[in-house]
Amino acid sequence: MTAHGATGGETSAAIRDRVLARNEMRSLRIPMAIMIALALGAPFVVYPVFLMKMLCWALFACAFNLLIGYVGLLSFGHALFFGGAGYLAAHAAKVWGLPFELAVLTGTATAALLGLAVGWLAIRRQGIYFAMITLALAQMFYFFCLRAPFTGGEDGIQAVPRGKLLGLLSLESDLTMYFVVLAIFLFGFFFIFRVVHSPFGQVLKAVRENEPRAVSLGYKSDQYKLIAFVLSAALAGLAGGTKSIVFHLASLTDVHWGTSGEVILMVLLGGLGTVFGPIVGALVIVCVESYLAQLGGWVTVVQGALFVVCVLSFRRGIIGELSRVLHRPL
Amino acid sequence: MITFLGVPIQALFSQLLVGLINGSFYALLSLGLAIIFGLLNVINFCHGAMYMLGALLAWLMLEHLGIGYWPALIISPMMVGLFGMVIERTMIKRIAGLDPLYGLLLTFGLALIIQGVARNYFGVSGEPYEIPPQLTGGKNLGFMFLPNYRAWVVLVSVLICALTWFVTERTRLGSYLRAATENPLLVQAFGINVPQLITVTYGLGVGLAALAGVMAAPIYRVNPLMGADLIIVVFAVVVIGGMGSILGSIVTGFGLGVVEGLTKVYYPEASNTVVFVIMAIVLLVKPAGLFGRTT
Amino acid sequence: MRIASRLLALACLLPLAAMAEEKVVKIGVLNDMSGLYADLSGSGSVEAAKMAAEEFGNKVAGMPIQIVGADHQNKPDIGSGIATKWYDVDGVDAIVDVPNSGVALAVAKITADKNKVFIDSGAATSDLTGKACTPNTVHWTYDTWSLANGTGKAVVKAGGDTWFFLTADYAFGKALERDTRAVVEANGGKVLGSVLHPLNTADFSSFLLQAQASKAKIIGLANAGGDTINSIKSAAEFGIVQGGQKLAGLLVFITDIHALGLKTANGLQLTSAFYWDRDDKTRAWSKKFAARMNGRMPSMVQAGVYAGVLHYLKAVQALKSDQDGKAVVAKMKALPTDDPAFGKGTIRADGRKIHPMYLYEVKKPAESKGPWDYYKLVREIPASEAFRPLDQGECPLVAAKK
Repeated sequence: MTAHGATGGETSAAIRDRVLARNEMRSLRIPMAIMIALALGAPFVVYPVFLMKMLCWALFACAFNLLIGYVGLLSFGHALFFGGAGYLAAHAAKVWGLPFELAVLTGTATAALLGLAVGWLAIRRQGIYFAMITLALAQMFYFFCLRAPFTGGEDGIQAVPRGKLLGLLSLESDLTMYFVVLAIFLFGFFFIFRVVHSPFGQVLKAVRENEPRAVSLGYKSDQYKLIAFVLSAALAGLAGGTKSIVFHLASLTDVHWGTSGEVILMVLLGGLGTVFGPIVGALVIVCVESYLAQLGGWVTVVQGALFVVCVLSFRRGIIGELSRVLHRPL
Repeated sequence: MITFLGVPIQALFSQLLVGLINGSFYALLSLGLAIIFGLLNVINFCHGAMYMLGALLAWLMLEHLGIGYWPALIISPMMVGLFGMVIERTMIKRIAGLDPLYGLLLTFGLALIIQGVARNYFGVSGEPYEIPPQLTGGKNLGFMFLPNYRAWVVLVSVLICALTWFVTERTRLGSYLRAATENPLLVQAFGINVPQLITVTYGLGVGLAALAGVMAAPIYRVNPLMGADLIIVVFAVVVIGGMGSILGSIVTGFGLGVVEGLTKVYYPEASNTVVFVIMAIVLLVKPAGLFGRTT
Repeated sequence: MRIASRLLALACLLPLAAMAEEKVVKIGVLNDMSGLYADLSGSGSVEAAKMAAEEFGNKVAGMPIQIVGADHQNKPDIGSGIATKWYDVDGVDAIVDVPNSGVALAVAKITADKNKVFIDSGAATSDLTGKACTPNTVHWTYDTWSLANGTGKAVVKAGGDTWFFLTADYAFGKALERDTRAVVEANGGKVLGSVLHPLNTADFSSFLLQAQASKAKIIGLANAGGDTINSIKSAAEFGIVQGGQKLAGLLVFITDIHALGLKTANGLQLTSAFYWDRDDKTRAWSKKFAARMNGRMPSMVQAGVYAGVLHYLKAVQALKSDQDGKAVVAKMKALPTDDPAFGKGTIRADGRKIHPMYLYEVKKPAESKGPWDYYKLVREIPASEAFRPLDQGECPLVAAKK
């Protein structure tokens, strides 16, 4: 999958890109180290349940960012994968009695399959059409979840047991659960990072910047987009499955289009196409929401206002602006 | 009693008629959306919120100013249209050259704000709005009792749709609009103020939504979230009909209403997903939509 | 530097893991403050709880009483998140109200796990005192069984013996239809048909046409909230009631009638646990409530919050402590209840509060003397008949005693 020139060896442009990518990875070492250090120390200061919520959303946002930031596809129905995986994982843990890691894997696999189906249908169109199709399909899935008996409808799947990790480690303690969730998050984060800074990621970038050119070079752009979509869906499913088991609950909210809108806002606010953007965006939005929860209905107004402000004058997002100020990619 | 697939023919006709009434709202709303998309290349996510604003304004005027239904039918769309023009001038124009996805996100944010504010001040249960006395009652058509107001809704929708189609396809103003969609720079070179045209068009589009809202006020409840789930169905209608095709939106809107009505008779549980199933099928067979042109 | 100060500001938003001091009796009113049920519970329930606390002088067993409120937005994940945080971090001892069965079931489990107290006033699911009962739950006000029994039985006895159901297509709607259907058939009535409509339907014309075509005497509305209001509105428009059929609302609150207006809603039959104009005691209490709530009369849910909190405080007073949730609830079951809203009653072993229920009919506009004067009494259902018999509930607590 590397870019080959006429001689069959790597082109100089490809070599340059690879070096740039490696430099980028090196320059990110310090921010990454800071992130990991904070994450390790946080649960002793802040309520761990709240932190786990942030981590699940951060992973969801990173998965979404893979699609919009690096492939340029705006999916308005990512709640389908997030919530759908949540239901399957919860069902697997509660009804089938699977241990934690298998239940989460069930959720992830479901999301990947759903991603394949939705992606295959939606990638036929581009741009806004793509967004609307994903929205409509997600809405259809929402109605399905409302009626299907196994989802528990409005009540959701409740009292989902956390069980034991690998049959050994009990996950009832919030602190233990936190470190497991952190591990899952870091796995997802580094996986995405690796995908983006790989030859596959380079092709995705080429497709995003000039699709007809990429096609003329012989790359089947639709296939690449579909694979990226499935990856994004699977990781969103990983986040959703983990969340439903951690919080003992899989509910209809997670498949509602409001959730799709929320993750878009997180990535937009944090910075599209940046490495740390989605994490910062998720952090800010989850904090703002919990702070405003006391004010009830104003949450949607604030979300809307953030959208408007970001689109009009803050398109680079927090990390995007920070990156510009510091003159280094973040 | 004659039956068709297990349902008495009289019941079938009455359901079709009711479906046509619902289709009127779909047609009106998707019409506005198609016009806006055609000229501005913006997916107006706040269309549902504008529809709600139309109904809300009509209710407010009745509650606090004593202005009834008939004046509201004109005043409310005008006010919402003006509001729309302000939004276009101040916000949408600023992102005009960018990826149309930003337009979608901006209008989504606006929808959240409008709906959130309305919800905080007016609650969610909704407010009652009476059918105007001139249109109450109904006629017994033999196979069903048709309320006069519902007949009125269909009449007005068909009229407005026909009028809009006529203006866009057969008048000079319409030709300017269509030309500006294809090549705004050239049209501007001919001396036509394209930015102004765009602003007015946006105002007209949301004005149409507000009109639908005023008409909906007496039969659906006036509540802040009345547009929120409706907008997604309207998107599906526009995708099925073909983005930017006026005729496509009108035909699909009415058609969908009828199909939904039929679904409610034979398989009511699926009535709110049938539109998405149709959309999926249309996408597989004719991705540009039924009346759309592949660009 | 700027970054550091911004991070610090952000950190202030984070909830700290510290525990609160435990010398206060803290009651959390968790309900819908901004959505569908805001009018029938919302801030009114918080006021009702405060009224109960004030009757104790805001102090019980030497400890001050604190009332807090939060909005669960009708979402089980938000509701359970707030409940968990309240119990773990904020030192809340009891959660009350919680309309919305999904949230209620989640909160009941969390409350049992952490040995606190849960007094539900707003949720409908009869599972709270059935399959999902716990020694920490008390279910006040009403449930689906009592509504189905009240409306179903009384309407059939009054002559409405053929039914057609308009059912919301989700678990709650279907449960409501199932319970009412059983009661109707057990009392000699016949169900001629039913139709499932999607949740949050705006237009009921097609479903009502089918109900009309069935020629059933009674159209049962097995739905709630916005769907009920829309059904009633569409029915008025299509002349259903003029055509001779009657509507029976299976879950209707006075706030729904207030939103609809008497012109549209007259003739509707419904069951309620509380009506502000029932007797002198309810009138007196309701007027005090209305004075604090801009003239709005209390719904049965808000009255239930008041009565539930009052009884909880009595139990804490008797025990001189609020620490052990199970013990407090056991005391609540041991003490008979008495309050101006529901009169005298008891709490059963499965957590079910027992009191009479009432079948009302909505007045015509001419019969009403002013706002909130909406109901006329059709029949009182005595407490002994109003709720599901103890042995039919499948509550593990009851079975264990046998």
